[in-house]
Amino acid sequence: MTSPTPTAPQRRIRTQQAAHTWLLFSVAAIVLVAAVRVVTGANGIDSPGTIQAAIIATCPILMAGLGGLWSERSGVVNIGLEGQMILGTWGSAYFTYYYGPWAGVAGAALLGAIGGLLHAVATVTFGVDHIVSGVAINIIAAGAAQFLAEAYFQDLEGGGFKQLTGLDKPASLTIPGMSDAMNSLAERHWFLVSDLASFVAALTDGLSLLTVLIGALVAASAWILWRTPFGLRLRSCGENPAAAESLGVNVYTYKYIAVVVSGAMAGIGGCFLTLVSSSGFTVGQTGGRGYIGLAAMIFGNWHPGGVVAGSLMFGYTDSLRLRDAASVHALLLVLAVVLVAVAVWRGRRAQTTGAVVTGVLGLGFAVWFLLSNEVPRDFTGMTPYVATLLVLALAAQRLRMPAADGLRYRRGQSI
Amino acid sequence: MSTAKRLAMGLLAPVAALVAAMIITSLVIAVSGSSPGDFWGVIFSRPANRLIVNMVNQAALIYISATAAAIAFRMNLFNIGVEGQYTLASYAAATLAGAAIFPGPLNVLASLVLAVVVGAGWAGIAALLKVTRGVSEVISTIMLNAIAVTLAGYLLDRYGVHEGNGVRSKVIEPGSQLSGWHPFTEPDGAIWTLVPLAVVAGVAFWLLLNKTRFGFDLRATGASPTAAIASGVNVNRMVVVSMLISGGVAGLIWMPALFGSAHSYGTAFQGGLGFTGIAVALLGRNQPVGIVFGAVLFAFLAEQSNQLTFLTDISVNVVQITQGTIVLTVVIAYEVVRRYRIMLDQRAVAPPSSRSAEPEGAAV
Repeated sequence: MTSPTPTAPQRRIRTQQAAHTWLLFSVAAIVLVAAVRVVTGANGIDSPGTIQAAIIATCPILMAGLGGLWSERSGVVNIGLEGQMILGTWGSAYFTYYYGPWAGVAGAALLGAIGGLLHAVATVTFGVDHIVSGVAINIIAAGAAQFLAEAYFQDLEGGGFKQLTGLDKPASLTIPGMSDAMNSLAERHWFLVSDLASFVAALTDGLSLLTVLIGALVAASAWILWRTPFGLRLRSCGENPAAAESLGVNVYTYKYIAVVVSGAMAGIGGCFLTLVSSSGFTVGQTGGRGYIGLAAMIFGNWHPGGVVAGSLMFGYTDSLRLRDAASVHALLLVLAVVLVAVAVWRGRRAQTTGAVVTGVLGLGFAVWFLLSNEVPRDFTGMTPYVATLLVLALAAQRLRMPAADGLRYRRGQSI
Repeated sequence: MSTAKRLAMGLLAPVAALVAAMIITSLVIAVSGSSPGDFWGVIFSRPANRLIVNMVNQAALIYISATAAAIAFRMNLFNIGVEGQYTLASYAAATLAGAAIFPGPLNVLASLVLAVVVGAGWAGIAALLKVTRGVSEVISTIMLNAIAVTLAGYLLDRYGVHEGNGVRSKVIEPGSQLSGWHPFTEPDGAIWTLVPLAVVAGVAFWLLLNKTRFGFDLRATGASPTAAIASGVNVNRMVVVSMLISGGVAGLIWMPALFGSAHSYGTAFQGGLGFTGIAVALLGRNQPVGIVFGAVLFAFLAEQSNQLTFLTDISVNVVQITQGTIVLTVVIAYEVVRRYRIMLDQRAVAPPSSRSAEPEGAAV
């Protein structure tokens, strides 16, 4: 922290400003999407179905990202999120089969936490390089999930040596009058009104309670990490563990807690994949979402709001892959407008090179939009990854990770 | 410390790690209700001739992959992107070889060059993003992996030869196929002609590290970037060059298999070698010689475990747990031994009076 400690009213003002900025960005995004929808006529771009699919695609990524946030805020890089998520998919399938879906959620969290514990033992106690340990955990978890599936699911009803289907789902929520009204309003395709109605319809029609739980976990994590003494101490371990230790914080304990929670979060993300996104457990179901979650967290500058925004971006593009090609094509225009806007904003801040590069990219997408009729399906699959690279390339200098993130720390050692 | 003692300490870590990995694997098998004895019986049985040939071939591929990863790791660059680099390079090389623009052996050479160029180019993207924009290579290479796999799939689907449900690149003409050597009978298979590429890669890596100025700079930058900068090393240049070399070597990973048996890019393509290579590089401590042991061990485990399906009720996948556990236990064991060594060294130089009051972890 370079700025002097703000007083309470100052902090309130700053929080309000941040909230205003987020609100402004959200409104701008909705208006932009609505405008593009009307201009291109690609109504699938924000239909209730699309938004629902986007939410379903977002949740696992969000949980991985949230897990990454917990871990990295305490100074431990967790590439093992992918592995912890894989363990979570198996755990949720096993416990759901025998004890019901909510036990499945708990089981997924447990299995993920075990993966986290393994990472904590290796990195915190033994000071192993965080990435090495994470890579090893991903290998072990992928093998373990397959091995356990073969050992335990083969003889079950709906099971096979690579899957377990027909699992009970967590209950879902529908607000009867509201969802119908909003769905019909969304079908009118009015500018802005229908777009907002789409959002409400998606959130009131068959919303899984697990999605609600995930929303609550995000809010709780943000509150715990930024508004409680515990969170302050945990983050201090990620910024300057030696200083934290000198103030009486048990750095090892905090890191252990953070990494175990991180694993549990990723595990719940895996649970969402088996119970909500699809109809059961399959080997290799995570498909690199743990890594994407990590990227979403970096994109979100190690902050909860940013993680949500990053996950939404990935989730949205991920869901579009399975939907109509016209929407994907319309998305090129959205991208072009955003990039040009960033270019103008940069130009006004006298960042000439950045402005030119961004502007050229934006114009490139605009030309692509005008000259083509659809985007090849495979390219849509690449979107989240290309978007991450672009965002990182454009914004890497504005990102700041916890100062002691990924560094080896031993008790009693100054630097 | 005497030489003998040093040697013993050096061997202690890998041996302890292997034993720990064996115990953990046995526990996993026992918990799932099978017999660990059956498992080790199969693993330690004499491999069939056919499996020995496969082991040599696989060990070569894994070795090249691990060398690619190790070059970057020595610079403290985490090139997770070996997987994507060799996927794209393999597709490009297979396509060029299939097009048969050049005759016979020249075709092979041209394809190898293209594989190196494509692999290096793909790694170069991550290097440029790191040097110019400060993007962590860990994230960018993970993204580039996903993009490469999708891109190769798209290009193959678009320009490949469709047969039934499958799609593959054009089959290499017989004149450019390399038949290899048959150490046993014909049905036991051949050791691929390009397997010695692994030896070349290993020797080149050793020479580069230990006999060139670049290698010295590489090791220096990896050990201490600040000291390297102070002594005049251009770190950005080092990042770009070492990533390019790493990616170039990665491009070669699948080449022995392409010209030896696959003859086209398609379902025959063996994915996942990039990640195996990373594990093996870590196992071999990024040393050209150490990696040899790691590659042979991994190839041995993978091939021997193939028989588990026929001979026991144990899943083949348990070997993946063993491999992952080996990586983890090896790094932990090295760290424990390192701490123990420091403790011994400190004790050796400390005055007698202060021996009892030694602070925990005082060494940097």
